[in-house]
This record gives sequence, structure tokens and C-alpha cells, in this order.
Amino acid sequence: MVASALAQTSPETLARPSAGASLDIDNVSHAFNLDGSTLHVLDHVSFDVKPGEFVALLGPSGCGKSTLLRLIAGLEPPNAGALKVNGQTITGPDPSRVVVFQDPTLYPWRTVWRNVALGPEAQGKLKESRGRVDEAIDLVGLGQFSKAYPHQLSGGMAQRVALARALVNDPSILILDEPLGKLDSLTRLTMQSELVSLWQEKGFTAILVTHDVEEALFLSTRVIIFSNRPARIKADFEVDLPYPRHRGDPRLAELRHRSLAELGLDSTW
Amino acid sequence: MSNHSAIETISTAEISPIKRASTLSANPELIYAAGAWAVSGVITLLWPNTQEFERTTDLAVLQWIFAALLLVVHVFRGQLAGLFRKLHYNAWRLVALAVLLSIWQVASAKLGLWPQPYFPPPQGVLDAYIKDYVRLADSIRASLILLFFGVGLGALAGFLTGLSTGWSPRVGYWTIPFLRLFGPVPATALIPIVLFVFPTSFSGGAFLVALATWFPVAVLTWSGVSSVDSSYYDVARTLGAKERFLLLKVAIPATLPHLFVGLFMALGGAISVLVVAEMLGVKAGLGFYLDWAQGWAAYGHLYGALIVMAVLFSGVTTLLFFVRDRVLVGQSGGVQW
Repeated sequence: MVASALAQTSPETLARPSAGASLDIDNVSHAFNLDGSTLHVLDHVSFDVKPGEFVALLGPSGCGKSTLLRLIAGLEPPNAGALKVNGQTITGPDPSRVVVFQDPTLYPWRTVWRNVALGPEAQGKLKESRGRVDEAIDLVGLGQFSKAYPHQLSGGMAQRVALARALVNDPSILILDEPLGKLDSLTRLTMQSELVSLWQEKGFTAILVTHDVEEALFLSTRVIIFSNRPARIKADFEVDLPYPRHRGDPRLAELRHRSLAELGLDSTW
Repeated sequence: MSNHSAIETISTAEISPIKRASTLSANPELIYAAGAWAVSGVITLLWPNTQEFERTTDLAVLQWIFAALLLVVHVFRGQLAGLFRKLHYNAWRLVALAVLLSIWQVASAKLGLWPQPYFPPPQGVLDAYIKDYVRLADSIRASLILLFFGVGLGALAGFLTGLSTGWSPRVGYWTIPFLRLFGPVPATALIPIVLFVFPTSFSGGAFLVALATWFPVAVLTWSGVSSVDSSYYDVARTLGAKERFLLLKVAIPATLPHLFVGLFMALGGAISVLVVAEMLGVKAGLGFYLDWAQGWAAYGHLYGALIVMAVLFSGVTTLLFFVRDRVLVGQSGGVQW
């Protein structure tokens, strides 16, 4: 019922020139059952994201950031609290909120083109979206590889395909779950800049989970730092720097110091 | 200048393959193979038999023809490059084949080490092929029809059983105990029942072959569906996929590698059931032919049929892997063939 209502709204969100959506996270708590005992992962988390913001979520490993992303994606409902996109409560997954996971999770039996076409195909509008699929592949610079299979791609290329597969749906919120975590450091630096320009060009709202403090500061307009599990918000600050940013900027170093202090790593500075 | 570039073009485009062929010509393996076959023909013809065996001369001639063909391929390797490469790679295997054939020949026909008529020489098998090829061809056709019919039905049933078991817990609640209890029962154990329950021996045989195929295909498909990476579903769901898409476009293609492992395992069992069923009740096909040949003490026919079986069922298995390699692009297959 609600899902079909969402499905009806999604074509509109897709049709408009993609603008970011707002995201309200209101007092969300979540727990898992683990062999009978309850594992609290999110504890009364609240924050609002303005349309078009690039928010990085930083926190210790296993603190529940990825769980929060699953809730935003609508893959699971929260135990308590509510998540809202443009004022509407999230009740399930929707192509306007696409996740790019740490693993590209491309389907090995599909070519690059057919992997990118997954969203339009699943929504039953592949025919009218063919051009968009080509565009998305070109956008991530893999135009010559549309007929390649995933096993023929490098890690960076595979992650670019995953990015194209997300972007072809013109998401209003792009959810990035450590998307560059498994890439070598040079490819990661390149793709960080690519992410920034895609975000600037498309104007979507971006929610990024990362373990890399420098990456968070280099990419985002705002950083939210979580505590250990169950995750609570420890710090929430703007990154008041224009793009393109420079890694050697003293202001970045300053913010980096602050972030590490919040993460309990002050002694390493 | 132009001369120089011309040389370069030739060296990349034309000289290198010729070079490869000429380096191969330095290796006379194919000549050795031809020699081995020529010698085996000489042994067949000139070493006197302990008793009269028909087709001894014919066999020797065939061996020499084969030796001559190998020589021809060696000489015209430039024109027959593809065939040459294949034969050249298998040259030592061809030598071994000639040696084995001669050991068989000498032990049975020349020294009489192997008792007759139980172990006829190779010419006995040749004689069986020449005299009985019509009946043999009929048997091959009957076996293949039964095999494809039974395996096809069994694979379809097994795939559907495994898919529904892995996909829906409600179906699995009923199918899992059924699979666990009846799956391990050998299909051959049901032959006595099947042969009087089914209206025709063909339908009974097809049922047995299908049953032997069903179990491994069902189990492997089931485990394949259950082991699909859950993030594959997450990706599709965030992109707007509904249940039907998840089943048809995610679960099934992700399961295919397991299905082919199941088919490979099933094929071995199905062939074994096929032959036993043909021996015991179907009264057609290669199993029946074996039984018939043994009954008439036609041992040349018996070995002839065994050789046909080896080639035929190896071919069927190769066909399965050929299909698998076409279907599973970009996915690892699991089994080596």
C-alpha cells in the first residue's frame, strides 16, 4: 500500500532534474538479536540533512554507521524513531535512494552495460532509459568497457560501474557505504575528486560512511562523528572550505586534528 | 625507409606463424606416432595368430592408413596447421595408444595369453562393428533418446524442486524431509517396482533416469539458491526490484553455476541407471546390447559396445560442459572437465 504509493512517487523524483532531497533522522534507535541477547547499535540518533548537503559519518569500526545507512536505504525498518525524506517517512527501498556499497557487488553474469541498466530494468523502464545507461557509463569514464564482464575489470573500474549503476537512477540521495574502502590509495584519491565533481554536477544529497578522516574532510560539507556502539552523535561540524579542496590546506589539518581527538586518537597527533 | 617498415610489417604479421611451424617441424613427434602405428600394423599382420581370427588383415590395413594419415598431416603441416597442432600435442598419447593396441593384439591373438573367446583381439571388435553396426546404431539411438528424455525431465524437476526449496521456506518445510529421505535411495533399487507400475518399459526407464538426475540437481540448486550473496538482493532492492525480479534476474542466474555442478554429478548417476535399466527391463539400448552380447558369448560385440559407451558418454559430458561454458559467461564453473 505504502510501497505502491512510493512507487508512484518515484517516477516524478526521477523525471525532475535531480536535486537533492532533505533527510530527517528523528530519534532513531535500532538493535539486533544476537543469539538471544540484544545488541544495541543505534541509540536515539537525530540529525537533519539539508538538500544537496554532503554529509560524512565518521566513527569507530562496528559502531552502527552502516546500519544507519541500511535504514536510510529502507532495507530495514528502525526499531524506534523515524526517518523521513522530504518529510515523507521511509517505508522501504526506493530507487531515489541508492546505495553504493564497499564491494561493488556487480552481477558477474552481466556485462558492464547490463549491470548499469539494472535499476531501469528492475523498474520496468529499460526501453526509454537506454540513452541514460550509456550516459552514466560515459560519466564514470568507462564508455569503452560497456561490453566487458566484471571479472575483466580492476577494483577501481568495478567501483565506477557501481557508481554508474547508482547514478543512472538520478538519485536524490546517494548513500555511500565506504565506497572507496577497498581501493588502492592512488585510485582512492582519484575517485575522491571524481565523487566531488559528480556531486557538484548532479546536486544530489550525499551520505558517506568512511573510516578515513582525510577522505571525510576532503569530500564533505559536514562531518558527523559517532561514539562507540551503541552509536550516539559525538560531534557535528561544518567543513567550511570551498571546492576544489587541497589536501595540504592547513584548515584541513586543523579539522583533522579535531576529528581524531573526537575519535579518541588525540595522542597520535 | 619503406623497405624497413615493410620488413617490420612482415615480421609481425607473417613471419611469426611460419617460424612457429618451422620450430615444430624440428620436433618429429608425429613421425614417431606414425611409426608406432605402422609397427603395430606389422605386428597385427605378420606375427601369426594362434588361431583363426577374421579381419586381421583389415585391421592391419586400417592401422597403416592411420599411420599414413599422421605422416600426411606432418608433411602438410603448413596447410593443415590447426589439425597438425592438435595431433602434435597428442602425439605421445597416439604412440601410447598404438602400444596398448599391440599389447592387446599380442596377448590375445599372437601368444594366446588371454583365454579365448572371452578376450578377443582388436580385430574381433572390428568384426563386430562391421557385422553388427545396424543393431549397434539402433542401440545408441535408443540409449540417447532415453538418456536425454530422462535427464531433461529429471533436471527440470530437480531445478524446480531446488529453486522452490531454497526460495520459499514454506515449500522447503515439505520438500526438505522428502529430499533427505528419498534422495539417497538409489534409483536402481526401484527397478522391480517401476517395471510393473509403468505402462511401458520406456516410460519406466525414463522415470528411473529422471529420478537419478532429480536428486543431485535439486540438492545443488537448493544450496545454490541459499548461498546467493544477500548483498545481490540488497542492490536489486534499492534499485527498485520486486520479488519476481529478485527470483528471475538475481537468484536464478546466481544459482546456475551450482546447477551445472548438479547436472554433472547427475549425469554420471543417470548413465549408470540407464544401463542397468536397459539390461533389466527396457530391452533396447546399449545396456540391452551388452546383455544380449554376453548371452550369445559375442565378446567382440561386448567390447565394441563398451568402447562405444566410453566415447558416447564422454561426448555427452563434454556437450554439457560446452553448454555450461556458453551459459556461464564471467562466472566460475567449479568442476574441471
